[in-house]
Amino acid sequence: MSELAGTTSAVGSDAPTEARFRYVLRLADTSLILAQRLGEWIGKAPALEEELGLANTALDLLGQARLFLSYATELEGRGRSEDELAFLRDQSAYLNFALVEQPNGDFAQSIVRQFLVDAYLLELYEALQHSADARLAEIAAKAVKEARYHARYSAGWLIRLGDGTEESHMRSQRALDTLWPFVRELFDADELDTQMAEAKVAPSLDAIERLWSVRVDEVLRQAMLKRPTTTPFKWYGKRGEHSEHLGYLLADFQYMQRAYPGASW
Amino acid sequence: MQSANEWPLFEIFIRARSGIDHKHVGSVHASDAQLALEHARDVYTRRLEGVSIWVVRSSDIVASDPADAEELFEPARDKIYRHPTFYDIPEEVKTL
Repeated sequence: MSELAGTTSAVGSDAPTEARFRYVLRLADTSLILAQRLGEWIGKAPALEEELGLANTALDLLGQARLFLSYATELEGRGRSEDELAFLRDQSAYLNFALVEQPNGDFAQSIVRQFLVDAYLLELYEALQHSADARLAEIAAKAVKEARYHARYSAGWLIRLGDGTEESHMRSQRALDTLWPFVRELFDADELDTQMAEAKVAPSLDAIERLWSVRVDEVLRQAMLKRPTTTPFKWYGKRGEHSEHLGYLLADFQYMQRAYPGASW
Repeated sequence: MQSANEWPLFEIFIRARSGIDHKHVGSVHASDAQLALEHARDVYTRRLEGVSIWVVRSSDIVASDPADAEELFEPARDKIYRHPTFYDIPEEVKTL
């Protein structure tokens, strides 16, 4: 599949392989589930041009997910294939942020979700390029170029919606308020995040949060939107604790592989 | 020209590679020029078609009227001497 697969081995890091497997799976699943969500816009986007834009972003994310998944299969070393990891796990084995599994809602909600994630992935991939894990650094170097475009696209839309008509402003503020509680998880370092940061595999989430906040605040200011206050409420999608929406998404996503095991193009 | 709830139209010009002219490839609807650029990127450069994009609001293009074709272009038809095809080109000249 990818030009990056297998070019470097998983050396250059002290973190136990099993922990790294779970960390890479978090990255893979966040991209994978968001790609599936964006794909749901196909045939329903507000304009043909927008449909292609959303699909392009979905395909970029799917490509990133594949690179991470393929690395995850190597780290796991139990002979599970990329497809098995992608399509044949149960809900609690998916380690994506709960934010990305939230429904598309209206266009404003999809754009707000996209922007919050794009801004995060952009800072994360910038930092991951310097990971002690050479393979992750390689994947990040490729993904960061895509992430820069994604962040530009979703920020551009958010500014237009927020500073657009009364209705588009209302809808984007509503989406922001709805999705904001799911943001906490992105920066709430758990044991695995801390372990990866100490092994220099991943950046510190505090640093990412500072960069993310600056970027997000600036876009919200231009969009004339109010940053919601942080709630104590927390999700831990990255530990497999998901909202009720993921099951429905997976039913769609996994249908082909469940109905026709081993089917491939 | 356009209905109230439809985005304006932009004409898209793509340069395939450095040194080549931008060529008209089509058009996109977009709410403004910056988004037109991004739509053009998503619609017309998915397969590495270009290295540079121009967008121009379609309404800003001043076009000749096809009905005027006779007076605009016909007069040139019988002036074939304007084509530089009557010169003997020395063998040594490779490019002209």
